[in-house]
Amino acid sequence: MAFFIAQILTGLANASALFMVAAGLSLIFGVTRIVNFAHGSFYMLGAYIGYSLMQILPGAVGFWGAILLAGVAVGLIGVIVEICVLRPVYRAPELFQLVATFGVILVIQDLTLMVWGPEDVLGPRAPGLRGVIRIMGEPVPKYDLALIAITPFVALALWYLIARTRMGVLVRAATQDREMVGALGVNQAWLFTGVFFLGTALAGLGGAIQLPKGGADLLMDFNILTAIFVVVVIGGMGSLPGAYLAAVLISVLNVFGVAYLPQSTLVLMFVVMVIVLMVRPYGLFGREEVAGEHGQIGEPERPIKPAGLTTRLVVLAGLAVLAFLPLFGSSFAQVLVTDILIFCLFAASLHFLLGMGGLVSFGHAAYFGGGAYAAALLVTYAGTPMELVLLLAPIAAGLAAVIIGWVCLRLTGVYFAMLTLAFAQLLWSLVFQWGEVTGGDDGMVDIWPSDWASDTTAFFYLTLLLSVGGILMLRHTAHSPFGYALRAARDSARQAEATGIDTKRIQWVAFAFAGAMAGLAGGLFVFSKGSVFPNELEIAKSFDALIVVFLGGVKTLAGGVVGGAALKGAEDYITRFEYWRLVLGITIILVVIMAPDGIVGSLRRAGERIGLIRDPEARS
Amino acid sequence: MTPVLDVRNLSRAFGAIQAVDNVSFTLAKGELLALIGPNGAGKSTCFNMLMGQLKPSSGAVFLNGAPLAGLGPRRIWRKGVGRTFQITATYPSMTVVENVQMALISYHNRTYSVLPYAHRLYRDQALNLLALVGMADQADRHSAVLAYGDLKRLELATALAGDPGVLLMDEPTAGMAPRERIALMQLTADIVSERGVSVLFTEHDMDVVFAHAHRIMVLNRGQLIADGSVETIRNDARVQEVYLGGGTVFADA
Repeated sequence: MAFFIAQILTGLANASALFMVAAGLSLIFGVTRIVNFAHGSFYMLGAYIGYSLMQILPGAVGFWGAILLAGVAVGLIGVIVEICVLRPVYRAPELFQLVATFGVILVIQDLTLMVWGPEDVLGPRAPGLRGVIRIMGEPVPKYDLALIAITPFVALALWYLIARTRMGVLVRAATQDREMVGALGVNQAWLFTGVFFLGTALAGLGGAIQLPKGGADLLMDFNILTAIFVVVVIGGMGSLPGAYLAAVLISVLNVFGVAYLPQSTLVLMFVVMVIVLMVRPYGLFGREEVAGEHGQIGEPERPIKPAGLTTRLVVLAGLAVLAFLPLFGSSFAQVLVTDILIFCLFAASLHFLLGMGGLVSFGHAAYFGGGAYAAALLVTYAGTPMELVLLLAPIAAGLAAVIIGWVCLRLTGVYFAMLTLAFAQLLWSLVFQWGEVTGGDDGMVDIWPSDWASDTTAFFYLTLLLSVGGILMLRHTAHSPFGYALRAARDSARQAEATGIDTKRIQWVAFAFAGAMAGLAGGLFVFSKGSVFPNELEIAKSFDALIVVFLGGVKTLAGGVVGGAALKGAEDYITRFEYWRLVLGITIILVVIMAPDGIVGSLRRAGERIGLIRDPEARS
Repeated sequence: MTPVLDVRNLSRAFGAIQAVDNVSFTLAKGELLALIGPNGAGKSTCFNMLMGQLKPSSGAVFLNGAPLAGLGPRRIWRKGVGRTFQITATYPSMTVVENVQMALISYHNRTYSVLPYAHRLYRDQALNLLALVGMADQADRHSAVLAYGDLKRLELATALAGDPGVLLMDEPTAGMAPRERIALMQLTADIVSERGVSVLFTEHDMDVVFAHAHRIMVLNRGQLIADGSVETIRNDARVQEVYLGGGTVFADA
């Protein structure tokens, strides 16, 4: 019994920071409808800034003052980010905002590295709260009790702010109908900025207040991201009571998980999330997401046409150059191109979902990594030959997509995106924690191709064949009746249903098809590297693919492939710089704001302007 | 002769509000039937039930004698009911002719086919349908750039792709210029007489209604208050009251 109570107390204490960060995220989403993926970065900044302030400010007053000041400082940084990065993309589709905030993550990561260095920082103990108190014989840190006491006050203060003040009234009104609030003469821009300040300040506060328990390191931004998304999604996006309840639920669950089922803590969190969402698709206290809330920016999508003769000849020539690569390229070049080809197939499969189906999947790594792990498991445990594995890996990934798609496609918009992300994380945590089978963090090694393909050049040809084959298949499907039906379902589900098209099923099949293609890429990846690690399944991998598709151009057929090739090709070069994340992050943000049509779209427009390409709608 | 569409005692309540109250009517082959009524009369609710988007609280709908109860929009379309929307629904990422081809592909059950090029399938048929609505010369334009009146005509061509026996048109001329309205309804009337299609449409423009409808039904506060020829409706005292004042707003005040 005593142990039980001590566990619950630890859980409640852990919920403290989690709640503050999640409440900030929820608040920002509720008003601006932006899913701030950089929220974990503000949390990290809060921890580092709090740490530095604690070095300067003395005593207990200094300690608590540092925490508060860290919150304010992070809030101000948030304001800068809001004004520079988010204001231009409020009206854009979710994907733009995801990519923009991802750029912010990269920038903050490198800036933090520049200022505080790569070493982990150990948080100072809170003055006067250093020891433990024995409750029924179990030791409970005093600081935990302080956190348990503080959190309700923070929650209460937030509640007061939202429920009783003029700003709160505006925030609540904006959560329900932004346009109306604007029509009533409220300056929306500053309301959004104010909310962003509050939200990021809460994240900073959360980061600073957990210092004595967790310290600060450069990985904490991504580490907390998953947890706060789970909390916000379970609680219902935009709901503060929901965030509190879910933060407590997840933290307590985690503590008990550590005590009783140490291998399954992460999995447990996502299982709870999936169950909650299956029963209440919009979270415990969430409201239904109104479809089409996000607009479109840039020109409307153009009709697609199969490539003309010239384009085909150019592509053919390009493929011929690739085919002769082993004659003039080094073996390093072949390995690099193999990597690029695999990544292009992965990106093309996501582009198919995103560009044709309008299905913004935030967890596409699940199928790439899923295919990779399916391949690795088949080789390791069943000694399956490579040829068969390359057939089974896409099937396994496709099956996973069938199951995940069935659940996720019940939702749309942001909730669909979050749910796909959650499933990808579920898969990641399964692989990460089921060490006996998957090797956990150590990954799976010694997975090599069959003898005939083990040579670099032979494997290069195999990859060339399968990747290009897969990409062409995706491309042809886009031109087929099925691809058209998928676009019809995206363009106007109403009309599609009224002319006999089963839109949900079409999307489901497309989801499975894209998953299978990603699985093929994953299978090839394993054999090209000889090993696979859980990071092939993590959020960053999904985001990589999203960013590539975005940079290439969502609204163009070639976007996925071109973006994949450009970024993967450049990656090798730019990662040689010490602060390449900073450069990449700023580039991404600039592209989002200035060239939302991506590489292919921008090139096409430029070509039309100077008269190289004819605009089909231009009438002379 | 059995009517093409037979609606019996259709009702729908939203909470305490009886949006559609015990409505019965029939639609004969080749008939152009108008359903009119002031805002909030229940026209859209009635339409949504006929199209399977909304389940009736009670009552039944028969198409050529077969019940349509409980079927969704997809199945109802397969049984030969085409529709156009009050706010046009087209596929802006496709060309004009591809919009129609998409419906033809679905009509021929080839939505899941992945081998052929979609833009080559049923192109001639689609062009014929576009010619029917006078859009042939715009077939290869990007549908996102069309004028609103042209979108309405495109939608009509799409609705005809399923070779429907019944066409349900929800305010077909809403948002169009007066001259275009007359032209579109004339077009519809021609299609009715040439193809023997039966049309049920709602409309606010009385010029359009009185010029083209074969028969008019008037809905007010969920109930059918009049049903008859153009002349009968024009002279009906209750209809005049509903339209010219007194009827809806102050009835129970």
